[in-house]
Amino acid sequence: MNDIYMDNNATTMVAPEVLECMLPFFCEQYGNASSMHSFGNKVGMALREARQQLQTLLGAEHDSEVIFTSCGTESDSTAILSALRAQPDRKEIITTEVEHPAILNLCNNLELQGYTVHYLKVDKQGCLDLKAYKSLLSERVALVSVMWANNETGNVYPVETMAAMAEAANVMFHTDAVQAAGKLPINLANSSIHMLSLSGHKLHAPKGIGVLYLKRGTRFRPLLRGGHQERGRRAGTENTASIVALGKAAELALAHMAYENSVVSKLRDKLEQGILQAVPNCFVTGNTLKRLPNTTSIAFEFIEGEALLLLLNKQGIAASSGSACTSGSLEPSHVMKAMGIPLTAAHGTLRFSLSRYNTEEEVDRVIAAVPGIVQRLRSLSPYWSEGVQSGDAEFAPIYA
Amino acid sequence: MWEYSEKVKQHFFDPKNAGAVVDANAVGDVGSLSCGDALRLTLKVNPESERIDEAGFQTFGCGSAIASSSALTELIKGLTLDEALKIDNQDIADFLDGLPPEKMHCSVMGQEALEAAVANYRGEEIVDDHEEGALICKCFAVDDIKVRETVRKHQLSSVEDVTNYTKAGGACSSCHEAIEHILEEELSALGQAFKPAPIAKRKAAANVVQIQDMQVETGESYAPKKKAKLSNLQRMKLVEKTLEGIRPTLQRDHGDVELIEIDGKHINVSLKGACTSCQLADDTLSGLQKALIDALGELVELHVLSEKQQHNLGGL
Repeated sequence: MNDIYMDNNATTMVAPEVLECMLPFFCEQYGNASSMHSFGNKVGMALREARQQLQTLLGAEHDSEVIFTSCGTESDSTAILSALRAQPDRKEIITTEVEHPAILNLCNNLELQGYTVHYLKVDKQGCLDLKAYKSLLSERVALVSVMWANNETGNVYPVETMAAMAEAANVMFHTDAVQAAGKLPINLANSSIHMLSLSGHKLHAPKGIGVLYLKRGTRFRPLLRGGHQERGRRAGTENTASIVALGKAAELALAHMAYENSVVSKLRDKLEQGILQAVPNCFVTGNTLKRLPNTTSIAFEFIEGEALLLLLNKQGIAASSGSACTSGSLEPSHVMKAMGIPLTAAHGTLRFSLSRYNTEEEVDRVIAAVPGIVQRLRSLSPYWSEGVQSGDAEFAPIYA
Repeated sequence: MWEYSEKVKQHFFDPKNAGAVVDANAVGDVGSLSCGDALRLTLKVNPESERIDEAGFQTFGCGSAIASSSALTELIKGLTLDEALKIDNQDIADFLDGLPPEKMHCSVMGQEALEAAVANYRGEEIVDDHEEGALICKCFAVDDIKVRETVRKHQLSSVEDVTNYTKAGGACSSCHEAIEHILEEELSALGQAFKPAPIAKRKAAANVVQIQDMQVETGESYAPKKKAKLSNLQRMKLVEKTLEGIRPTLQRDHGDVELIEIDGKHINVSLKGACTSCQLADDTLSGLQKALIDALGELVELHVLSEKQQHNLGGL
């Protein structure tokens, strides 16, 4: 029986078609795209095609707005640091409490350097308060950076509206679309979004390739300076095989987007309902009405996420946990904390993130496996019997 | 995914003594939901012999917390309370063939639960100060609460000081930035500014004697002082005496060193206990080598022999 991979928000399998199209760029078309000879010229043409494929996926007005980077983190860092350097008089940033560490840790570091960072709070479903956001917009703000979709809960944020609000206040807007790109329709040409980050390995391209979208006319300061690659906006010899692969992955993502939003979404819902019906004292975290089609985050009371993952893994099922125990800290994830998930359950969250390669048979197997694993861990937990029997508010929280 | 030993996996997937002991007369509760891990240890103690007849656990926590709890119960069954109290967290970790540094707190929880259960049996009060912060130093499993408390208590002002007091930052140095950040915050609260040590000074502190090529680059002269020529017997005794002088320090940290043989300029030793897996083993060896060079007044090379090498020597 094959192992089941449902951790696609962490990373994805390289699609076979993507692998096939990138291989010649290691051994046949290995020229440097900047070279004037035919070896380089062929590769340069392939890069141009990949750029256009990304332009199409993102609905960008010009292909020159697509800058290839090494990953989503580099794109995020470039966007934020560029906005600060290009507008030295502006010392404030607006972001959210639920961003990826690629944004949060950089912002924390910028605070040490004297910048003021406003972290927008979220409610119990992980939703933002746009009135609070509007009140923070001012000409002191260099950049707003809000993720398009959350990696843990799958919550989708109204970035186009927020970008328009930022533009009205003359503030630059960036979105980390690492989870959203390839899963949700994006039309940047008609938006007020100035910068967007995406990462190849989240959409069936290899690791080590990312994109920064930069709307034409946006003031920009490169993170990496050196050669003239990417029109001088990101120096360094192009990772040609991966760029070509990302182009193909973008094309495939667009072709499969309807499938992701119908079939995959239904599989996710079946999985979620199957678990909720079979396991007592668990609930879905985040906003179930506005989220990625492939993601569900379920919190199980009185047990801890890493133990769940290990037992699932033993049965050949790969998922992820919102428990930060997996990262060496005993704190629940910052996303669960921000949403105020009760501690009785915040440590025991499990994220399943599907892809177009998952099947109904796999979903059935996971539904069959989870209840027994949860029951086993609860039988070991000192809190389970106490919590259920006592009816104590601490052990039986009411979830909003 | 953590790299757990086979023994950890075994005790996680098939834990021993899971569940509460019926008619327990000793209960130790540590940790909490807010901490992210908790352990309830229940014991049935024979009132006449004070021997632990039965031990059971209930754990809320990760894989290594469950494995550590299982290991603890296996270790203490059949012991008297006084014997059991001699078991510490390192014994639990050793029983499991080691835990990742980030998971050593799970074994500490086991030790604390045992102390709490014994106190409960004896009618003593014990304060559960189980509190852990974000992990700062992964090499030595030191969290930010420990670093902050130490900085305040001893009024520390440099990363080097923090390393000296807590070991944090003493190995791979990847946590130095986090330690500097804590120093900045703590000193700022006192109205003082944190001044990072000059790079040159740090380099000097980090330099160690290179065992392979005998280069000595620590900033201070390690050139051996010429001494009167020693006989082979005098030389051997001096090596032994020098090592004996250092062993108590290593033993305090649950490690040890043993002299295997002296082969001219080559002094072969074996490391024991915690020294075998210590991230600072190279520094320990450098210190040992320097002490030997100083004592003998000649350049010598210190070599650590593996078990196989020792076995081969024994066969000759």
